[in-house]
Amino acid sequence: MGTTLPILILAIPFTMFLILGIGGVKMSRKLAGTLGILANGTLAVLAYIVAFTYFFSGDAAFIVDGVRQQVQVFDVTWLAFTERMVVNIGFLLDPICAMMLVVITTISFMVHLYSWGYMEHEPGFQRYYAFLALFTFSMLGLVVATNIFQMYIFWELVGVSSYLLIGFFYKLPSAVSASKKAFIVTRFADLFMLIGILVLSYYVSNTPADGPLGGASAFNFLMLNSQPTNVLASTLGATFMSGSVLTWAMIFIFVGGMGKSAMMPLHIWLPDAMEGPTPVSALIHAATMVVAGVYLVARFFPLFCIVPDSLTFITVVGAITAFYAAVVACAQIDIKRILAFSTISQIAFMMVSLGCAYNEPIEGVHYSGLGYMAGMFHLFTHAMFKALLFLGAGCLIHAVHSNNYTEMGGLRKYMPICHWTFLFGCLAIAGIWPFSGFFSKDEMLAAMFNRHWFWGAWMTMVAGLTAFYMFRMYFMVFWWEENPKYKQSGHKPHDAPWQMSLPLIILAAVSLVAGFIPFGEFVTFNGEPYHIHIEPQVAATSLTVAVLAIALATFMYAKKNPLPSKVKNMWPGLWTAANRRFYWDEIYMFITHNIIFNIICKSIAWFDRHIIDGTMDGMAAVTQWASVKIKGMQSGSVQTYVMWFFFGAVLLAAVTWICIL
Amino acid sequence: MDYSQFGAMVPELIILGLFFIVFLWDTFTGDGGKRALTPLTTVLFGLATVAIWLIPSGSETVFGGMYASDAACKAMKAILNVGVFIVLLQSAKWVESDEVAIRKGEFYELLLVTLFGMYLMISARHFLIFIIGLESASLPLAAMVAFNKRHYESHEAAVKYILTAVFSSAILLMGLSFVYAFSGGSLYFNDIRAAVSEGPASGLLICALAFMIAGIGFKLSLVPFHLWTADVYQGAPTAITAYLSVISKGAAAFAFFVIFVQAFGTLYSGIWEWMMYAVIIVTITVGNLFAIRQKNMKRFMAFSSISQAGYIMLGVMTESALGLGSMMFYIFVYVVSNLAVFSVISAIENKTGKLGMDDYDGLHKTNPWLSFAMTLAMFSLAGIPPFAGFFSKILIFTSVTASDSMALYMLVLIALINTIISLYYYLLVVKAIWINPGEAKVESFRSACSERVALWLCVAGIIFFGLVPCIYQFCVDSAVRLQLF
Repeated sequence: MGTTLPILILAIPFTMFLILGIGGVKMSRKLAGTLGILANGTLAVLAYIVAFTYFFSGDAAFIVDGVRQQVQVFDVTWLAFTERMVVNIGFLLDPICAMMLVVITTISFMVHLYSWGYMEHEPGFQRYYAFLALFTFSMLGLVVATNIFQMYIFWELVGVSSYLLIGFFYKLPSAVSASKKAFIVTRFADLFMLIGILVLSYYVSNTPADGPLGGASAFNFLMLNSQPTNVLASTLGATFMSGSVLTWAMIFIFVGGMGKSAMMPLHIWLPDAMEGPTPVSALIHAATMVVAGVYLVARFFPLFCIVPDSLTFITVVGAITAFYAAVVACAQIDIKRILAFSTISQIAFMMVSLGCAYNEPIEGVHYSGLGYMAGMFHLFTHAMFKALLFLGAGCLIHAVHSNNYTEMGGLRKYMPICHWTFLFGCLAIAGIWPFSGFFSKDEMLAAMFNRHWFWGAWMTMVAGLTAFYMFRMYFMVFWWEENPKYKQSGHKPHDAPWQMSLPLIILAAVSLVAGFIPFGEFVTFNGEPYHIHIEPQVAATSLTVAVLAIALATFMYAKKNPLPSKVKNMWPGLWTAANRRFYWDEIYMFITHNIIFNIICKSIAWFDRHIIDGTMDGMAAVTQWASVKIKGMQSGSVQTYVMWFFFGAVLLAAVTWICIL
Repeated sequence: MDYSQFGAMVPELIILGLFFIVFLWDTFTGDGGKRALTPLTTVLFGLATVAIWLIPSGSETVFGGMYASDAACKAMKAILNVGVFIVLLQSAKWVESDEVAIRKGEFYELLLVTLFGMYLMISARHFLIFIIGLESASLPLAAMVAFNKRHYESHEAAVKYILTAVFSSAILLMGLSFVYAFSGGSLYFNDIRAAVSEGPASGLLICALAFMIAGIGFKLSLVPFHLWTADVYQGAPTAITAYLSVISKGAAAFAFFVIFVQAFGTLYSGIWEWMMYAVIIVTITVGNLFAIRQKNMKRFMAFSSISQAGYIMLGVMTESALGLGSMMFYIFVYVVSNLAVFSVISAIENKTGKLGMDDYDGLHKTNPWLSFAMTLAMFSLAGIPPFAGFFSKILIFTSVTASDSMALYMLVLIALINTIISLYYYLLVVKAIWINPGEAKVESFRSACSERVALWLCVAGIIFFGLVPCIYQFCVDSAVRLQLF
């Protein structure tokens, strides 16, 4: 494959960002929107071409003896600080990267199209499209990174564009504070990631040239992933933490992923991020950016495997988060918040699946690939159906001008397209055959059961909860009781314009059929094809649990009845706690405001004001003073100049002479 | 004599040829031809630059080793050419002004002669050639400084320049005569190297080294050999100031590196390095201290360029190819940044005659593009990422610390502290443009086409030189091929 396509894939969104960002003010909405959509359509086509070439061309560069290869399409030196400390910029192509290219450009294109209808009347329409382009660029740059540094740069760029888009309605105080929260929390997590990267690169790059790694660049993914044992070997001798260096480095790197992927306890930013425009939530906070953490784990997978403790850590964090988020989602009223918690829970599902992809045989059977493949499969299907659900929620919000399901109810008659597509999304996420979620979830559960029955059972319970809260929302929105306001106001809710409905239909179709993709043929942890086969017991169990949960939801919410409030009043404390998300925000507020701001920051502020500023002021004063004192030197008379010149030269000679001889 | 040796001197011959074309055209054509002189010279010079760049040249020394041509010299000449090209563009408006138009041929001729001299300085491997280059780069400059005949300041500047130049040449030659005595009658760099590498350090040579630092330090305006700088920069026409501040400095810095590393690099490197150590610290600091208080833009840029010269000379301290490469990159970045500033200054001066820093108050309201370019240039000079100046500073600092010596770390630390001070005065300009209240003192105007092209070139350089790695790589790659290493 030539370098033209890969470069174009990065260049198109960046150019669009520049064009719309700089020239957008002078463009009409129509022009800006058309440009954005056309550019993104082209981008999607190019990404498909790249992905299809990679998967299907059978080129010897991409597949050798049935094993898919990791290929660096190009990798140029960007900054060479020293011989070993080299920062490259490149384009890595491997199964997960090609898959992500498809996911990102597809969802991005859908969202571009959808936004045309959704954002039509918002001020700053052109700016919005510029930010979308920036995000697309950053996310693409992140997935194709050939080395840790490039990934880190784009990782932060993704954070910035997320910040810009969450705070898009910058006149709303809630949007502003949500954007700040998202940025600060993810940035805080990235600090750990940076520490992890530094620890890793320090120990790996400090190996001598004749050491196990042969002096190769310490940042390149191909190098790191192709010889995990050597990486481990070069850190084992470290006196620091006696041999557990790599474990700690990987856990720290994972903490960065926890921030972006909203794992507990760094999940608090994601529900608030729903203040951004709904298409943005679909693109960034459901389908692409939030799975960056999963992608990170997949990218470093061989290194995680070599230190199994880090995988256990991932599994535990994921399992707790999945359960927590599912419980909270059962007690929310705002439909976007429900979807946000559902996203957290589903991403945690992927994390557990990756965590269970243990690289050692269990009872003689090598299951290691399954969890990895299944996690990636779920990443793919989840991106599609969660984007669908968010875009559907956007249509609902567009129609009733409220985020709360209490303002909705009985909408199925008014918005048939939205209703059917939303139902498809719910069935997919609940894991009902033949929707895509069934297949990916089944594989993940199988992987978890293989690891240990406990994880399987625990996550099956979470899957049941998922089906329950999704259908709770579905029934509350589309069934329950028709909101009397529709008839009074005369302005009846109706389906959205075609730009918004078309993406829904496309994504619903994808959610229906994506499960039949033989995903294991394409994406596995070692490039060898894995033949997916449905495990009958697991499938039966999860299907039964899902159907039971849906039945329960139907029983409780299909028609207006007092049962839900009865259940709620049975354990009022639990409901309130879940509704308030188990007080995580309050805990954070207490820690930040009372402990950090009051105690730590005040003393630092004093130090800053008096010591640091004082030093700086002193330096400035000395500089000014000296500047006044020496001004006589520049007298303007050439005789003095020559005198200085001569005595300068003689002094230089004399002092050196005295010092040396 | 083997005339084919001239084949190695292609860059010099091209510049000389260009000089003759301009000279003959200027002398023998009528008014119509005179009008075409400016575009003709600019275009021809652009072509000459490309030609010098494209004509392949091997790595060879000719004329018995007096003259060397290799990739590093060629790269340095190319960098200077880019700078001269920008100067030609930005001066196109000025040379057409009533007062100067009749003499513009002389301006181009003098400019080309000095450039020729600088080429010789770069390629010289024998002190005779070097002195010829140095003088032909110095003396015509005095005439150029005096180019605004009717302005008193211009004369004063020229007189100061020529007197100091003569004095510095005298000192330099005096130093050289010591060297000549010591090396047993040879002025080849290699012979000197062979002669001085034996025996203990001698007091005579220490004097010679100090005198040579002084002599070349004059061209670089190192402290305390810098006192002419401010008066001359202020008095000279702005185009000439721009030329003086970048091109002449770049050539001298490169020659300095070659002379000291090649001729005195063995036994005496420890000695002249300590001299330079002191000179660099004093240069950066004093340049900064004076720059803080300046109110006239050209005078301000004079002190800024003194302090920048100190940073450039950091490259000499390394005595390595990496250091030379970093130095060349620094010079290249300095060329575009400084010329961007001078382009703005000269555009405003041509239009309104205003040169004070407070005349720039509120400039962004009337001339947003000029303000933008000026701001970027100031950021770059101050070394704010992601502009080129940041990368050039960090790369030259890393090249200096690569040798892992405590003293050099201290030097870099002092340079860093001075960077903070320099930030203050560079940002004063930015503050004047964007923040200072009050009505804009410069009315809105459209600058000439050539000035805009010059500015766009500079701005593109400021933005991309740091981000595109191949330029730095190119500098280092060509530095490695200097025959010293």
